[in-house]
Amino acid sequence: MTESPLQAEAATYREVIPAGDWWVHEIKKGQTLRILDLEGNQAADTLFFSAADPTERYSADRTIQEQAALYLTTGTKLMSTEGNALLTITADTCGRHDTLGGACSRESNTMRYAHDKECMHACRDSFIRGAQEWNVELTKRDLTCNINFFMNVPVTPDGQLSFADGISAPGRYVEMKAEMDVVCLISNCPQLNNPCNGWNPTPVEVLIF
Amino acid sequence: MWSGVVSRGKRLRLTDLDGGSNVSMLLYNALERHERYNMPDTLKGQHIFYLRAPYCLHSDMGRLLASITADMVGWHDTVCGHSDAARVLAKYGEHNYQQAHNDWYRNGRDCFLIELAKWGLGKKDLVPNLNFFSKVVSNEEGALSFVPGNSKPGDSIELRFELDALVVLNTCQHPLDPETEYKHRHVKLEVFSGDAPALDDASLTIRPENQRAWANNETYHNLRFQLP
Repeated sequence: MTESPLQAEAATYREVIPAGDWWVHEIKKGQTLRILDLEGNQAADTLFFSAADPTERYSADRTIQEQAALYLTTGTKLMSTEGNALLTITADTCGRHDTLGGACSRESNTMRYAHDKECMHACRDSFIRGAQEWNVELTKRDLTCNINFFMNVPVTPDGQLSFADGISAPGRYVEMKAEMDVVCLISNCPQLNNPCNGWNPTPVEVLIF
Repeated sequence: MWSGVVSRGKRLRLTDLDGGSNVSMLLYNALERHERYNMPDTLKGQHIFYLRAPYCLHSDMGRLLASITADMVGWHDTVCGHSDAARVLAKYGEHNYQQAHNDWYRNGRDCFLIELAKWGLGKKDLVPNLNFFSKVVSNEEGALSFVPGNSKPGDSIELRFELDALVVLNTCQHPLDPETEYKHRHVKLEVFSGDAPALDDASLTIRPENQRAWANNETYHNLRFQLP
């Protein structure tokens, strides 16, 4: 747990992302992005791309490899597919963020829960719309395995994996400093079928310093 | 490195001839190459962090790409990805083609990108891959450690394809393998014909998620191809 010295009033940009909505924005090198869990236990599904060349993007496996550890917290370098640091986590009052759970999709909801859940809103649809609305149109091919800020996916030493109740709470945040100009794409998760949002999806706020 | 299309129902057997091999693999729907192996859906769909028989390899469209029908190893890594040129250089030193000809040091990323390009795919299609024969465990805090000696000479694993799949693989060393020496290890690939899975097939019954994904495969095949 590391608190930030930055005061929210000093942010140059603030935006609340309602649950089920998407947000896409450029973070310049040296700027800091804060994601704030306003009401607690809300998964913020997040992807990063190099602004100069979006084929360079966040890589879950490179990030895991670099730190030989699964979870993200203060000090983690979020690595790109080209082996560069995109951002470094500089503050974290939640303590653990997920790299393995990926995003929900309407298709995977049919596999995970029931075929009649296909109609329920899901992160990939939000990602697709956000990707299409960026300056350079991105497509499904650009959507890789994302970060789930504030989400708890514990792995046991014998290799079991589960979606547990969130470990976040109202007002907890994670902050990261951009090491290059990056594009951030967030889907504020609408999932109602598991505890990743505490069964009640709520808004998150993004702040840029 | 190797790539090829293997049709629905066929079995691919990988045999680790030397022991300690690693096979990095990615899978795509051969006819809809935007559909690809998905690490998160494979893990969260089956509540498991690694793969072994009789678990399945899930696509990002709610379907099964392949099932593990035989497995002498019991643990295959899903999360650590592959090496790149910088990592291989830092770990094993310079050993380029000019010096070493075909004993030069390869890396997983270049091997994947070379084979993907032959099917019209590229960097956008390179996602977290499987590492057959390699074992990596996590402690309660998420710290990972590579377990040496996971696979012995002659150990094999067999996949049954549940739709026509493009298979892209290479035998570069695992990125967290602590061995300081670069090893050219050999893996035998064999393809066999086989029967379609029965309804009580172990890969489909191990998880209700796999049965629902299998039903999605059936719908896809019924819509796309002539009904039997």
